[in-house]
Amino acid sequence: MAYFLLRRLMSVIPVLVVVSIIVFLALRLGPGDPAAILAGDSATPDMIAAMRAHLGLDQSLPQQFIHWVIQIAHGDLGRSITSNQPVTMLVASRLEPTLALASATIIFSILIATPLGVLAAWRRGTWVDNLASGGAVIGFALPAFVTGYLLVYVFALKLQWLPVQGFIPLSEGFWPFIRHLILPTLTLSTIYIALITRVTRASMLEILGEDFVRTARAKGLPERVVLFRHALGNSAIPILSVIGIGIALLLGGVVVTESVFSLPGLGRLTVEAVVARDYPVVQGIIILFSGVYVLINLAVDVSYAIFDPRISY
Amino acid sequence: MSFNFNRRDLIKLGGAAALAHSAPRLSFAQSKSRVIRAVMHTSLRVTDPLVVPAWTTRNHGYNIYDTLFSMDSKLNYKPQMVEAFDVSSDGLTYTFHLRSGLKFHDGAPVTSDDVIASLKRWGVRDPMGISLMAATGELVAVDQRTFRLILKRPFGHVLAALGKPSSAVPFIMPARIAATPPSQQITEYVGSGPFRFVTGEFKPGIKAVYERNPDYVPRPEAPDGLAGGKVVKVDRYEWITISDFQTSLNALVNNEIDYFENPTHEMIPNADKLGVKLFDYNPAGFSGFCRPNWLSPIIAKQEIRQAILHAMNQQDWLDAQVGDPKYYRVSSAMFVPDMPYATEAGWNTKTDVAAAKALLAKGGYKGEPITLLQVSDAPIISPLVDVAAQALRQIGMNVKLASMDWLSVLARRAKQESGEHGGWDLTFATQAAVDIFNPIINGHLMAVGKSGPYGWADDKTLMDLRQSFIDETDSAKQKAIAETIQKRAYEIVTHIPTGMFKQPSMHRPNLSGFIPALVPVFWNVEKA
Repeated sequence: MAYFLLRRLMSVIPVLVVVSIIVFLALRLGPGDPAAILAGDSATPDMIAAMRAHLGLDQSLPQQFIHWVIQIAHGDLGRSITSNQPVTMLVASRLEPTLALASATIIFSILIATPLGVLAAWRRGTWVDNLASGGAVIGFALPAFVTGYLLVYVFALKLQWLPVQGFIPLSEGFWPFIRHLILPTLTLSTIYIALITRVTRASMLEILGEDFVRTARAKGLPERVVLFRHALGNSAIPILSVIGIGIALLLGGVVVTESVFSLPGLGRLTVEAVVARDYPVVQGIIILFSGVYVLINLAVDVSYAIFDPRISY
Repeated sequence: MSFNFNRRDLIKLGGAAALAHSAPRLSFAQSKSRVIRAVMHTSLRVTDPLVVPAWTTRNHGYNIYDTLFSMDSKLNYKPQMVEAFDVSSDGLTYTFHLRSGLKFHDGAPVTSDDVIASLKRWGVRDPMGISLMAATGELVAVDQRTFRLILKRPFGHVLAALGKPSSAVPFIMPARIAATPPSQQITEYVGSGPFRFVTGEFKPGIKAVYERNPDYVPRPEAPDGLAGGKVVKVDRYEWITISDFQTSLNALVNNEIDYFENPTHEMIPNADKLGVKLFDYNPAGFSGFCRPNWLSPIIAKQEIRQAILHAMNQQDWLDAQVGDPKYYRVSSAMFVPDMPYATEAGWNTKTDVAAAKALLAKGGYKGEPITLLQVSDAPIISPLVDVAAQALRQIGMNVKLASMDWLSVLARRAKQESGEHGGWDLTFATQAAVDIFNPIINGHLMAVGKSGPYGWADDKTLMDLRQSFIDETDSAKQKAIAETIQKRAYEIVTHIPTGMFKQPSMHRPNLSGFIPALVPVFWNVEKA
């Protein structure tokens, strides 16, 4: 196991190298010039050139790349071109909303979707199954901005139970923190509930037809135990895979929800930085995300061994 | 003693703990009436008012810095940090005396050295500052509170320069900070203005926080435009970033924010129904414009540029852009209607298809494509491009639209090539009246060719006229020169104004005391 972990952790390095080259080139070769953006309306070519030199963008691409790699090797992701603040600080300031929303969404989705998927499989072909499957289709089909605005209209504007937007850090109070997370979590959860429900149902249907399930029932075990201990335990691998992918997608894919609810998270920071051609911020975030994705995949792989004793590393 | 908890007790205990944890929040909420939460047109990112000309950075500057002079509602320049000044009989020597008690946020007094360092930094960055410094022989401190500006030649706009209301505003900062090269961002935000910047709470793209400056000594006069007493009537003023227009409006209606700077024109008619108020902080308004690329071989021909001018109808632009005539005004005044240099000379704002076609033929146009930069993410600009494209097709031009986000437009329009070679031929944007109301600050008129701002108009006659305006000290003659400049600008087509429009902001009904000051300012605003 230790060798496996070490080997997988080492695999982060080539991933980061490839990602860093692609990101660096994609940003530099794409349209847009942060110097022209910053210099403003009345800037002359000389002023734009001076700004470019000040930002180090007048150097050749290999020079810029080497400079950036050396910076990263020293643990420095650089400074934002627009705000002049350290990228690490910008990322840190945006981490809590994204982590809070992603965690709440995953936990809520698992709590709702797993029993629902199990139930749908157990009562296959009944109204319960049809309801779960139909709900999943709707969950997939509804874009986050439609769900978000509908929830805002009902719960914030009409009933006035919840806020329209914003994020309150946990340090400023538990209830305000939760209140501001409810609508974004519900919005973002719809698609994940749909996804996990479908995968759980499909996986459970396959397992429920296995001999060991019949044996367990023949032994007289309560149906609850058969379903949740024996069948669900053995269905865990695909479900865990989907949850793992879901977490990875959530970290970078919450842009729409963050925009609708004005959550100052990493998704919005990424989009803002891309739009502003804030190269250091985009590069820093993507490098961090790449590392996190590799670690999430590793965590999912390790969890396979926990749920399935046949798997060992 | 024993403790027996059942499930309900535990839930109650959890609830009590949660309430206890939120107690600081509740006490904060009690002082909510002393906090204004505002959603501005964009988030604050760059905090140095000289590094970028962005309005949001300028507005940030007005919060924390003060100015020597300020423009009042009648467009007069009134002393602000200056207590008194005198001008020598030859008009070449200005002596300024600072008000007593002016202090920076770090407690240090504002001195003449701070003023001189600030003006020098501004004077290499801003067009008006550059003009002033070019005419300046000496700028020296006489004592701690007195400084002298000695001109080497007449300059008729000294007070207008020192009281310039929009980017770049000559804000006064401590000399040590003003020593930062103007191409580099300052890293300390110490001003002497009515608010203090809370740097610890600044999160670029999320929130900027300002606190009342308790040491600020406002002028005794009533606030009037940007001039007069800047009395802060709240403790704290927060800029909250909400990037989505609808979410901003929802938050205002739901009492989560107090002020929404730029609702769309579709939202404005619903203000009464939604229980919010409208306020027009900028009565002079905004204007769109179309700018040709003089370095594009087709556009380089004056006949083609004139054909484009004659193809356009300002009313069509404004109908598409704003819709409700209550909020727009057709006008050819490049220096803004109702402002000191307003004149309608040079263009009647109406389309003349026959004349446009004749000019195209005269210019030898043979159907070459021209590229218009379409802005996909700015609803106030994109209708201008669509209307122009249709007007140009109507006179027989081969129009291509290159659609991209606004910041890509900014980058692309810095390219001097024509649209066919990766650059552009016509571009569109909007600007505020305060940025164009005289021939010095109006950037469209910097007709110095390749070394000038984008568009790269090149016309010695226009530049000579601009210089004579700079040198002229008589206001009647200045006005006459401004009219000649406008006629010349229309003749060579430096740009085409697309008409004036208003952009009211929205606020909660419990806010009062807003000042129409051309830029959004929050002194004098009270929250009931």
